Amino acid sequence: MSGGGWYRVKRGLPALVVALATVAVLVAAGATGARAGGVPLPEPAKGAGSACVADTAFMRRYHMQMLVHQRRDTVHEGIRTKQFSLKGCIDCHQVKGEDGAPVKVSDGRHFCRSCHDYAAVSIDCFECHASVPEEADQSAAAPDAENEAVAALGAYVHERKTGEGAVK
Amino acid sequence: MSNCSSSCTCGTPEPDERPVDAARRSFLKTAATAGAVALAPGVTLYVVGGPAEARAPDQPVDPKKRWGMLVDVSKCTEDCSACVTACRTENGLGALDDPKIDAQWIRKVEVNDPATGYSRSLPVMCQHCAEPPCVDVCPTGASFKRDDGIVLVDKHICIGCRYCMMACPYKARSFVHEPLSDQKPYAPRGKGTVESCTLCVHKVDAGELPACVTACATEGNGALVFGDLNDPESDISRRLKAYPTRQIRADLDVDPGVHYQGL
Repeated sequence: MSGGGWYRVKRGLPALVVALATVAVLVAAGATGARAGGVPLPEPAKGAGSACVADTAFMRRYHMQMLVHQRRDTVHEGIRTKQFSLKGCIDCHQVKGEDGAPVKVSDGRHFCRSCHDYAAVSIDCFECHASVPEEADQSAAAPDAENEAVAALGAYVHERKTGEGAVK
Repeated sequence: MSNCSSSCTCGTPEPDERPVDAARRSFLKTAATAGAVALAPGVTLYVVGGPAEARAPDQPVDPKKRWGMLVDVSKCTEDCSACVTACRTENGLGALDDPKIDAQWIRKVEVNDPATGYSRSLPVMCQHCAEPPCVDVCPTGASFKRDDGIVLVDKHICIGCRYCMMACPYKARSFVHEPLSDQKPYAPRGKGTVESCTLCVHKVDAGELPACVTACATEGNGALVFGDLNDPESDISRRLKAYPTRQIRADLDVDPGVHYQGL
């Protein structure tokens, strides 16, 4: 995100319209829902960690523009920062199903669907993109193995250093 | 430490610490080209940087580079298709399990000389041309060449017209005919778009080698070399300088990034 100027992007008008519509619906529902006792407001799953990449109001309105901007950066420029990537959203906001595995977008509890269903906005992202993080066994195994290797390497270097000290 | 390479002096106690460090440094530098090296019993140093050091994730691609590949046809055997299998696994191809409609990013081709009976088997994939015809004909700008020479499809913009498939002299592109599911997070692909070999762009961006190259080195016969064609010091450039190689259909002047040795 060189300069982080995603908000300058003039593209993605449809996305903006969608986002505005979503906000409008949410606001309207918030104002009248309680009175009328109608359809309950969506409760999108909280992400891991303490805070999202931006505050809630901002995310609610601009998340699609952030994604559109990031997609250009990634596909064309090869910029692969996680912060504003769809992968980042999916990783952080995964919803676990009964079997403990993250639910796919076919499940109504999926983070994206919880709001987009409510706003009657169909999202095409997941026709191509994976709607769940990379399989747990892969993502979990790799860092562990890496950490072990690094720890072993560290121990080895330490041993070498102290060994050399002993020789001296 | 006894397993340490004989050329490395790190196992020998040295009176002065500095030469040891220098030796270790040069050893690690050498190791960087090897990929993975056993430093000591049970300690393996995995070097992420295969062809080059990994670019920082927030940095755009380096326009000074041009990624390319060299296929040593004399090493490629007819019965081996490790590259094809690795490509399918890595990029989640073949989900439909129907060879008629499944995407094909790399395929093994047999060439015969009817006059002599000479026959060879070689992999053909997107040739990542410097002047890609697929980019020329694309009406939406979805087909594009990245600054580092990798030719890609921006599937967000692709309308699935398949002009690029017709324009490609190498038959390198595939069209996705059916809805897909369970795609790999790093290789999004979906119905109604055209796709082809990306040189495993997600791996290259992380400083790793394409899956086919790794598979060819480990399971195959080490016939594939990947690297920066613009760097005269890279392995691929040195080989291109040392051996006669050719590009397929060089007469078309599209300057493919994939070169073939012994064809």
